[in-house]
Order: sequence, then structure tokens, then C-alpha cells
Amino acid sequence: MASERVKDIVASLEAESRKETLRFITCGSVDDGKSTLIGRLLFESKNIFDDQLTSLESDSRHYGTQGEKIDLALLVDGLQAEREQGITIDVAYRFFATDRRRYIVADTPGHEQYTRNMATGASTADLAVILVDARKGLLVQTRRHSRIAAMMGIRYIVLAVNKIDLVGFDEKIFSAIEADFRKFAEGQAYFAIQAIPLSGLEGDNVLFTSPRTPWYSGPSLMEYLELVDVRAVSGRSAFRMPLQWINRPNLDFRGYCGRIAEGEIRPGDALRILPSGVQTRVKSIIRGFGEVAYACQGQSVTLTLMDEVDASRGDVVAAAEDPPQSADQFEARLLWMAEQVMTPGRHYLMKHACREVTVTITKIKYREDANTGAHLATETLGLNEIGTVNLSTSAPIVFEPYRVNRLLGGFILIDKLSFETVGAGMINFALRRAQNIHWQALEVNKAARSAIKHQKPCCIWFTGLSGSGKSAIANVVEKKLYVEGRHTCLLDGDNVRHGLNRDLGFTEADRVENIRRIAEVARLMVDAGLIVLVSFISPFQSDREMARSLFAEGEFMEVFVDTSLAECERRDVKGLYAKARQGELKNFTGIDSPYEVPLTPEIHVQGMVSPEEAAGMILSLLTL
Amino acid sequence: MPLFSLEDESIEIIREAVATARNPVMLYSIGKDSSVMLHLARKAFYPATPPFPLMHVDTGWKFRSMYTHRDRMAAESGMKLLVYKNPEGEAAGINPFIHGSNYHTDVMKTQALKQALDLHGFDVIFGGARRDEEKSRAKERIFSFRSPGHRWEPKAQRPELWSLYNTSIHAGETIRVFPISNWTELDIWQYIRDEQIAIVPLYLSAERPVVQRGGQWIMVDDERFPFEPGEEPAMKRVRFRTLGCWPLSAAIESDAETLEAVIAETLHASCSERQGRLIDSDVPGSMEKKKQEGYF
Repeated sequence: MASERVKDIVASLEAESRKETLRFITCGSVDDGKSTLIGRLLFESKNIFDDQLTSLESDSRHYGTQGEKIDLALLVDGLQAEREQGITIDVAYRFFATDRRRYIVADTPGHEQYTRNMATGASTADLAVILVDARKGLLVQTRRHSRIAAMMGIRYIVLAVNKIDLVGFDEKIFSAIEADFRKFAEGQAYFAIQAIPLSGLEGDNVLFTSPRTPWYSGPSLMEYLELVDVRAVSGRSAFRMPLQWINRPNLDFRGYCGRIAEGEIRPGDALRILPSGVQTRVKSIIRGFGEVAYACQGQSVTLTLMDEVDASRGDVVAAAEDPPQSADQFEARLLWMAEQVMTPGRHYLMKHACREVTVTITKIKYREDANTGAHLATETLGLNEIGTVNLSTSAPIVFEPYRVNRLLGGFILIDKLSFETVGAGMINFALRRAQNIHWQALEVNKAARSAIKHQKPCCIWFTGLSGSGKSAIANVVEKKLYVEGRHTCLLDGDNVRHGLNRDLGFTEADRVENIRRIAEVARLMVDAGLIVLVSFISPFQSDREMARSLFAEGEFMEVFVDTSLAECERRDVKGLYAKARQGELKNFTGIDSPYEVPLTPEIHVQGMVSPEEAAGMILSLLTL
Repeated sequence: MPLFSLEDESIEIIREAVATARNPVMLYSIGKDSSVMLHLARKAFYPATPPFPLMHVDTGWKFRSMYTHRDRMAAESGMKLLVYKNPEGEAAGINPFIHGSNYHTDVMKTQALKQALDLHGFDVIFGGARRDEEKSRAKERIFSFRSPGHRWEPKAQRPELWSLYNTSIHAGETIRVFPISNWTELDIWQYIRDEQIAIVPLYLSAERPVVQRGGQWIMVDDERFPFEPGEEPAMKRVRFRTLGCWPLSAAIESDAETLEAVIAETLHASCSERQGRLIDSDVPGSMEKKKQEGYF
């Protein structure tokens, strides 16, 4: 190869690696033409290979929705189910480049049921192309997506008024939709909105401005994407890096690895490790296979420090003179992404920066109406609903408000049992600073209180259907303990509902609160040194897990009284099943409300075991 | 600095997976993508050796120079190399020429991979797949959850927000992690050039013995090639855009002897790299099906 040619290539390579990358999403309602528009962009910017085009032609004959023409949407809808149904289910990432920029575009689904996949795409994007069908105008789903885009921190919006060819390139229709959107957008924190009339199918105003919309003087979609400047103007940038990994190959080296979330760093800089607050200085910065004199936001590095400090994964390394706050109570905006509703009081895993903690939603302040954004009172959050909530974490976390820093303000919630990702949240602010609150150090403690009672306190938690025999067994256990001179207390569902919990009904939210209170009472009693017997139906696994999490290892014993529904109903000691069957009692466990079977109880009392036998099993497991 | 941000993202992904895994492993297929992934892993943990083994699921039909390269890279990285071959498939003498690409791939790659993962009990498995390779890959998460039995449920993927990867799994479940999801073929080549990463020489053009089958050039890499009567290999200047089992990897005619020349050809390529893979086009949606069954 001629050396001239090689020089050209090398020059073009350098140019290539200087190109910046723009990440954007396409979103909007079903059938607004998102996939077709991306297909058009890829096709016209010559980012489709010949063999892909050949298979597109054959796919179009199989699944196409465009008659004899090729169906560009099939370039993006890659899953078999999507092609068969002609819809987008999950977000697809496509890559293309122009002479100026490189693009990663996430094509997100329009169906409401797949909103979480739209949020997935939006969380890493700088710009959103919101499509609107010119014939339909703004729909509920358009507003929902626009709101999620804003919530995720997307500040640049292209309002693509699509299918403009189908309304005869009518300027009035375009202007009306644009005005409608700008009015809606007043309440959202966008920096810039560009409305463009276009046709993904025909190509008008996609790459080039179209002669068929002479009344439109703005850029084509591609022209806009090429020129828009989305770099965030950040007023402040103090160093922050969540610790991802401690690198200890041998005793002489200890490296602190992470990706810099904000700011810049040089050897010698003063640092503070949070939440401990220990101070030190940077000794060296390793990036790749060597040391560097400087590193900044977005870079993955390994730091070595001047002092041997105690720091572990999940801690945050920050500029000593300007550290972030830490707190354990927050207000946050939350998008709920699971079928099972979010109920305050339940415990979830929260992943934030490099840390996992247990979190409880203590209060739902309001949820937002998907269409109008109005604040509505609610007790639960359902699938795809957005709400503003208060939450409380089991340990303080180091954070920034989401609007200041996405990486230190965003979190996900994980169900403790299924491990599904159920929520995405953005911290607004801390409700109070955790560093100001200290546990009262008590001199007479649990150990001291138990010692004078000559026993090891614990909580024995009986769960099972109504009429399964929980209380009967608990009574026998308590009597036997009493005879042995033990100090006990029995908390029975019916009795507690007459007093402490008499304000609660039987809705799911009230049941969660019922269990929460009783679990807290049981914990206080265990702190007092007592052996506590709790006899509650407690039908939900997550609530029982919550109760368990309040106690130390070995202090909690779950007893599953596994009597069949048929047998319980046959006994019907209190006549409740008969009432429930007649519809006089609503939300009755086993009839019209579920009972989630314990997966790993410490004791499983099966079938026809007598209360005495069951009590014997329990007592034999107690270490007093 | 696009390449740099890709590198930083990949390193973050690799560290996150290792920090939360119980027993991680990196699938090493010897190709250019694996080479880049391995390089990134070594950077992520430098000056330590990456704290996990490499695993090669061997079909017995890789190019000879791939085996040489594999052993060299394992030695150079200081990482443990595990090689696994499906014993039943080996005993049955599975041969892509006789049994067809589908059956060969299923037994020697998909089933073999599942056997190997179960044998060692790995919970987090790194793979070098990229989203720009194929349509069903474009849909896959970076941390891709697999139910027991290694099945992928494309319709029920976990949402994946920001860089907060949900790494919680039950016993028997696994996560496949794709650190170079967002890289394109061109990014890979540029990075190989910039970082001077060693690759199998077959990626660069040289004169090689080839036979034309179904309109594509197949290289005769060893004596197992089933010649038709009177058939002779021709010597052609060829190179490979992807490498796998030699009977299933088509060569392209090319004069690109240097990385720069390969990059130049890639910039002006009119066909995707997977065109040279004979297994994707067997049946419609075939990659998605294979992936659901546990293929990488």
C-alpha cells in the first residue's frame, strides 16, 4: 500500500477518535413510528450493510407492514415476538456515525406496559426525540414519556411531529401540536425544545429539509442532531468517586478503584473518605497500565493513598474541602416498575452508587397523574406510576441530589425475594442530616436485661391461615416456658387489633402497617429481655422478612403452621370462613387475599400434629 | 474522546461484576473481541492479575493458529485457562461437515458451554458480545440475567438504569456480562491499533489455501477438509473478519496486511462482519433462538 494512502487512513483514524458521541432515545406512543424513523436514519446515513439490506427485504416480505415497500422498522425490532406483533417490546441500541459525530440511539417501546424499558433507555441519554403522530397529537403516553425523560435528567428535546405527509403537510396542525407541547413543557425542566415536522416513512426533514414543508425554516432532524450542544454546564465540580473495588494483589499495594462521578484529581490532593470522614492525600493515580498526573469525571481509575485508611466498597472518596452530605432519610421521585404494587413499610434493597442498603418507603407524598401531572393522594404506587416519596435507609449513604449528579443521586430498588428490579428513584434532598443523629448509647442494654432474667431473648413468629392453630400452639409453648420460669409475652393478632392497631383495616397497605407495628413492638420486648411469641396470619413473605430483619441473627424463629385451607375452613372456629364465602368479609386470607407460603421457616408444623407435639418441636430448638 | 469513554465504561462494568460475583469467569473465544475484553480486564485490575480464570469452550475445530494464540495470551496474562470440550460430542466425533453447522454448534458450543458453567458453578460469566453485531444482541442488557438452565427471556429482561446493575441472583441463576456491549466493529479495530493488542494473524491478509463452498471461501486449515473428487485448494490472498470454527468461518478476499488497511476496509465495508458466520443464517431469528437456549 502506498505510504500516502496509509497517511490518509491514519489521519482519518485520528479524526474518528476525536469525534464526540451523542446518546439519544426515541420515544412516544405506540405506532408513532419510532422504529421506522431510526430505520430511516440508519438507511439514509448509509449505516446499513448490504447483507443487512438483503435480509431486511426478505423480512419485509415476511413481517412487513408496508405492502411492497421495505419496512425500515424491521431493522430495529430485532426480537421474534416484536416482528410477529409489529411492535417494540424492549429497547434496542443502534450505532451510527457521520463525519461529525458518533451516535448511540436507543429505540424505546411505546406501549405503556413496557415503560420500564423506555426508562432504561432514557437513563443514559442526553437527548430525547419524542415522536407524535400528526394525526393524533399529544397522547397520554407522549406526556408520560416526556415526563420520564425530564425526570431522568434529559434536557434537550426534539418534538418530532411525524407522519406529516398523512395530514397534507399542514402547517396549522404542526403549529397546534408544537404549541400544545410547549404549554405542557412549562412544568418540565427542559433546556431546549426543537419541533420538527417530518415523515419517517417518506424521509421528509429527516436528513435534509423537505421542499414539501416550505413553511418550516428550522433544521432537519439530522442537522439538529449534528449541531446540538448537550454538554452540561456544571457550576461546581468537586471530586467524588464511589469506591467500586479495593485492589490488594499483595501486602505492599492497596489501590482504590472506581469511576470518577464528578470533578478532577491530581497527586497530592487532599481527600476525605465518607461516611467515616477520615482524611488523606492522593499518592498516585493509575489509569490503565501506568500512572497519570491528572484524571477527571467519567474516567475509571485506581488511586493509591498516602495513609493506610480503612475504606471499603460503597464508600465515597471526595475532595476534603468540599465533601458531599450523607443521610439516611430522603425525599425522592420514584418510578415503579413492577406488577406488585409498592406499599409503604415494605423493605427493599436499594442500590445506589456502589452500595446496597435496605430501604423502606415511609410515606408516599403523592403520585403524578400520567396525563396532567396533577398530584394525587395515594396509599400505593402501581406499575409505571411516578410518585414522590419519603424513604429511610438502614445505613447512611453518601449522595448528591439527582439534578446535581445523576450518578450520586440515582438509585434502583430491588425486591428482596424475587431480586427483580422494581423501582428507579432520584433523590431530591435529605430530610435530615444523619450525622446529627446518634443512637443514644445505653448502659443498661439488652444483654444486661436478659442476664438478670437468666434467659436468651428471642421472637417466635407463628404464621399460617386463620384457624390453622397458631394461637393454640403458642399458648402451649408459653405455658411450658412459664413453668420453666421464663419471662414471656404473647402477642396475638386479634388482641392487638383491639388496641394498638384498632385504626387499621384489612387492605394490603393496612396489613403491612399492622405487621410493621407488631414487629417493632416485638423488637422492643426482645430488647427488654423477653421471649416474645407473635401469633399473626402475616400472609406476605416480604412482611415476615421485614420482621426478621429487625432482629439479630438467631433471635428470630419463624414457625409455619401449615394446616390446609380445607381443614381450616372445616374447623372455622370463629365462623369467619363462612362469612368470607358469603362475601360479608372482604380481603380474607385464603379466600380473596393470597397467603404466601414461607420458603425457609425454622419450623414447619405440618398437617395433623397436635399443639403439644408442635410445642415440643419448638422448645427443642430454643437455646435458652 | 469516544474510545476513552468506551474503555472507562467497560472497566467499570468488569469491576462491578467482579465485586459482586461469587465465582466469575471470562469466556475467551480467542477472537478480536475477546482480545479487547481481556485487555480491558487486565487494565481494570492492574497491577494485579484479573481475579478470575479464562475459559475456552473448545469445539476441536478452531484454526490451528488460534490455539497457539490462546496459550500464549493465557501465559502472558498470568490467568488460569480452563479448556472445556463436550465429552459426548467429542466421543461421537461431531463434525460440522457431516453433522451440519446447526447441530455442531448446538452440541459443541451451546451444550458444551452449559455443561462447563454447571461443572464449575460460575455465577457471573463475561462474554465479548457487541450490540452492533446482530439485531437480537442490540436488545440485550449489559448484565443479562439467565434463569436456571441458562435460558434468556428476552421479553422479561430486568430494567437497567444508569450504571446501576442489579447483580442479585438466587442459587442456580447466572448473569452474563457484556463489557463491550457499546463498542462497534470499528471501535474494536481502532483500539487494537492504539493499544497494540496482539491478535490472531488470520485477521490480516496473507496467501492461504481456500476452497469455494456455497459462494464463500473456506480455508483448508487441516487434513479434515472433505475434498470433492478432483477438488484442489486455491491459494488466495484472504483474511477473516470473524474467527470461529474454521469450517464455519468464511474468508474474504483482501490485500489488507496491516491494521490500518483493515480499518480502512472496515470503514468502507458494504457487508456486516457476521456475513462470514455461517451459523446465523440457518433459520430466521436463529441468533435469538440460540441465545434463548444458552448460546453466547
